[in-house]
Amino acid sequence: MYVIIVGAGKVGRNLGRELIHKGNEVTLIESSRPRYLLLEEEYEHAVQYGDATELWVLERAGIQRADLVIAVTGDDEDNMLVCQVAKEKYLCERIIARVNNPRNYDHFKLLGIQPAVSATDLILRLIEHEVPRYGLVHLLALEEERLEIIELEVSSDAPVVGERVSAIALPEGSLIISVLRGGGGFVPKADTVIEAGDEVLLVLDPGLEPAITAFFAPTVARG
Amino acid sequence: MFVLIVGAGRVGSAVAKSALAAGHQVSVLDEDPLSHERLDAGQSRSWEESNGQFTVGTALETDALIQAGIERAEVFIASTDGDNTNLIIAQIAQRRFGVPKVLVRVMDPARAGWYGEQGLHTISPTKHAIEMFESALAAESA
Repeated sequence: MYVIIVGAGKVGRNLGRELIHKGNEVTLIESSRPRYLLLEEEYEHAVQYGDATELWVLERAGIQRADLVIAVTGDDEDNMLVCQVAKEKYLCERIIARVNNPRNYDHFKLLGIQPAVSATDLILRLIEHEVPRYGLVHLLALEEERLEIIELEVSSDAPVVGERVSAIALPEGSLIISVLRGGGGFVPKADTVIEAGDEVLLVLDPGLEPAITAFFAPTVARG
Repeated sequence: MFVLIVGAGRVGSAVAKSALAAGHQVSVLDEDPLSHERLDAGQSRSWEESNGQFTVGTALETDALIQAGIERAEVFIASTDGDNTNLIIAQIAQRRFGVPKVLVRVMDPARAGWYGEQGLHTISPTKHAIEMFESALAAESA
């Protein structure tokens, strides 16, 4: 796979190293001359100097044949522009953008730049995962596919406690994919009985969380 | 007409002043509070006394755009000193807020050209300068 990485800061250069290690062809594009000169010692021809929001710089890096363009500069406008141009002008099939300010996430979405990854947001989700006082944790959202995976802790007053999976009439578009109990996880069968304190992973269509929460954690749903 | 101008540098502030003088309602958004001085410079009355509006904020902040009146803007002018910022906020104005007329300053002729083909009204000062130099040179050698 040929990957162009725009922005060779901490994120970009570590991504580049890992992708090269996995056998991919990589070009890093860095617009700061001093940083470029430092990186050149390690990456040699795999790093180029230039402002990747200049179209000729992208073309020099061979964007026409890139399988993946990753924009991870510290500037959200630059990341949006590079990804938009890669996708719409050079018809690159896969793009990944870094969101520096999570408040800009909607702008990425508006311009069709997906997936857009925000480290701040990821850490916030990890905090939710580690400190599950919110009851419901978003594990993964596949925007393009319109699916998400959530984790819920089954509360003692939940209607599903003591029910077999086959007897739970979940809304259309949702499915229990895993149950975590006593430190281990398993894929439930039709006769698995849900217990209070179970952590349940579900895949569902976006927008179903309130309905799902009512099944597994009604207190959270009300609160 | 209600005109919203984002970026009050040399270009933005001059356009703001002439639009106001032409009788339009003008709102200016800039992240630097000092840029307000450019709006007052050379005028007998202050920007606000002339019924101009000024908001401090960055153009990617939806709240700042709304405060500056983007929801009722009929013309949106993106004239910050960043090409990429201008191109992104112009698309936000067009797609999210449905502003009917959007004008974007893009220094780089290549980006101005491609985004122009995509339907943005781009204005490239660099491109105009190149053309003027070229025609002046051609006139000289004729």
